[in-house]
Amino acid sequence: MSHTLSRKAAIVGIGATEFSKDSGRSEMQLACEAVKAALDDAGLNGSAIDGMASFSMDNNWENEILRQVGGKALKFFSRTEFGGGAACGPFVHAATAIASGLCETVVIYRALNERSGLRFGSGQMMNNSPLDPNIINFSHYFPYGFMTPAAWIAFSARRYMHEYGATSEDFGRVAVAMRDFAATNPNAFFYERPITLEEHQASRMIADPLRLYDCCQESDGAVAFVVTSMERAKDLANTPAVIASARQSIVKESRMMTPFYGETLSGIPEFDACAGEVYAMAGLSPNDINVACLYDHFSPWVLPQLEAFGFCDRGEAKDFVKDGHINRGGKLPVNPHGGQLGEAYIHGMNGIAEAVRQIRGTSVNQVENVDHVLITAGAGVPTGAAILERG
Amino acid sequence: MSDSSAADILNKIKPLMHKRVGPYNSWNPVSRTQIWQWCSAMGDHNPLYLDDQYRAEHSEFAADKAVAPPAMMQMWSMRDVNGHDGPGSTTDNLFEILDALEQEGYAGIMAVSYDQTFHRYLEEGDRAHHYSTIINVSDLKTTGIGKGFFVTQLAEFMDQNDELFAEARITYFKYQVPKKPAGASKPSAPGKINRIHPVENHDHAHFWQGLRDGKLLIQKCDDCGELRHPPQPMCEHCQSLRWSTIESKGKGTVYTYTVMHYPEIPPFDYPNAIVLVDLEEGVRIVSQLIGTKPDDIKVGMSVEMKLTEVQEDMTLPLFHAADPSTTEKP
Ligand SMILES: [Zn+2]
Repeated sequence: MSHTLSRKAAIVGIGATEFSKDSGRSEMQLACEAVKAALDDAGLNGSAIDGMASFSMDNNWENEILRQVGGKALKFFSRTEFGGGAACGPFVHAATAIASGLCETVVIYRALNERSGLRFGSGQMMNNSPLDPNIINFSHYFPYGFMTPAAWIAFSARRYMHEYGATSEDFGRVAVAMRDFAATNPNAFFYERPITLEEHQASRMIADPLRLYDCCQESDGAVAFVVTSMERAKDLANTPAVIASARQSIVKESRMMTPFYGETLSGIPEFDACAGEVYAMAGLSPNDINVACLYDHFSPWVLPQLEAFGFCDRGEAKDFVKDGHINRGGKLPVNPHGGQLGEAYIHGMNGIAEAVRQIRGTSVNQVENVDHVLITAGAGVPTGAAILERG
Repeated sequence: MSDSSAADILNKIKPLMHKRVGPYNSWNPVSRTQIWQWCSAMGDHNPLYLDDQYRAEHSEFAADKAVAPPAMMQMWSMRDVNGHDGPGSTTDNLFEILDALEQEGYAGIMAVSYDQTFHRYLEEGDRAHHYSTIINVSDLKTTGIGKGFFVTQLAEFMDQNDELFAEARITYFKYQVPKKPAGASKPSAPGKINRIHPVENHDHAHFWQGLRDGKLLIQKCDDCGELRHPPQPMCEHCQSLRWSTIESKGKGTVYTYTVMHYPEIPPFDYPNAIVLVDLEEGVRIVSQLIGTKPDDIKVGMSVEMKLTEVQEDMTLPLFHAADPSTTEKP
């Protein structure tokens, strides 16, 4: 099967607000600021936009943003469901729309006051409509108090420990690596605040086996991107981050945060199902990946992602991490911005912005000679993955 | 029971909506002792609240003032044990709409959700009061427990400067109790935080009704015989829409588990052990594990269900260790 979306579009602009615990302004303002910054970064006016893509969960409408950033008209707009699992979908949609000739320049955005507004970790994330599929799904958990993302992910983490002999320290090493990168990233929450493995082990239990430092920080902020055709990208100043491959992934075992009924809970079947094609579409293999920006809302789920994408064998990610391969200077630095554990939780979009910086060579924690970066969207939900390539 | 139509009832109660009732004043200012009592009862050891040195070094809060945990928001302006509101409180009836619905025959009440938003921390010495407004009454809805109206109350919690520090939206379902089963209990008190009630729609109602009838029901395909849980309308093996249920014996083993420590969500006791159980019948189910010390919970341990009325309107299949030696002695 030939893939018409491969290498037909590139990310040419990135923009973000500061990441904070209280932005002090509306999500709409955050979205407009980030989109304007991404347009400025690309060297384009709002009038260049003819498409938009975002998360179903984003509260900001396309028409409102378009008008404010100086846009005129859209030919294409799309949303992707499933919380942070939506982080790659908008890039799949944008590349597809551009490759098909439907439109030429797509803005992708995600803005959230997740810390100062509605906090996902509080157990109070839902409305009360009996028609909401979230509520129907969570109805089999909420009556028991089983109502936080950390607790849902703990089911998988415990199972991963049981099957592969991993320990809380193995999860801790992921957190320590993320905090080490964040410590030298002035935009990170945890700038100049690295942690040791001992501090991780001493941090309080949130949902056993997840400790405080295994959990990302709820954040306010926005990130936006400009994706355009290869033809237009050639005329722009930035090194294009070419979308070499991008795919969404749902499998029959997929559930919203609660994938408890499949064969195994120690892996991430959505990534197992899509990894091969993500590489094949790009004509690449795991050896070609220089940096990975993996969805790290909770540290335990970085491990099965390393396995699904072929960086190590099943059950061996704990050794891969222990050997320092994901660290600064390792053979596969993971989340050099500090990840969601260290920088901020903007539903994975800040990780994709880091992937673009690594391709351009402009990250504060720049890895040498980066040609390809793997990016993943949320784990434990319907999701997606992509590979960006230096154009 | 009156036979007014739903439209008549709504016409009668709609004018009572959007009436902001209050203030409900506090008996006492925010105090260190009360914060300490709450934290020690809840096992919440967040140093921000009571550790002065921690606050000085790691926060922007004053070193010498204890900080109140957000979950205490509604306690400061709560009525006392005798049911009296703080001095200067309104005497208006907040529950006018609920009383009116009661008179129309909608006597059942169930808290279906409690959404809170927290704007700022209260510190020692702050003084709270709150206002309440009924902000929405739904059209007549039919649910698994009967016909009724969803009523949403907004509680605005203010400090001594009349600035909002927290708000809560509480939705009740005010319903016609279909028929009183033997020993049926009184409706829950408004304002009390209950467990969130599940959606009992066309696909799921049989499961929850089964629990109230004393049975843990597993869906079974009438065509290929496959069992499934959680419920869904179509058999994923043969696409049949025909199904019935079998009663589970409630025995199984723990496939995985977690022990929840934080945040402490009312009304649950912490730590809260949650298990994913492989039932002998061959399906998995999520529940709480009761009575086992967290350190004694193991993947693979045998567990047994005990149907438990956890609150006046809810029966759940809670699990216990099958081997009593791992059960915590009281
Ligand atoms: Zn069947």
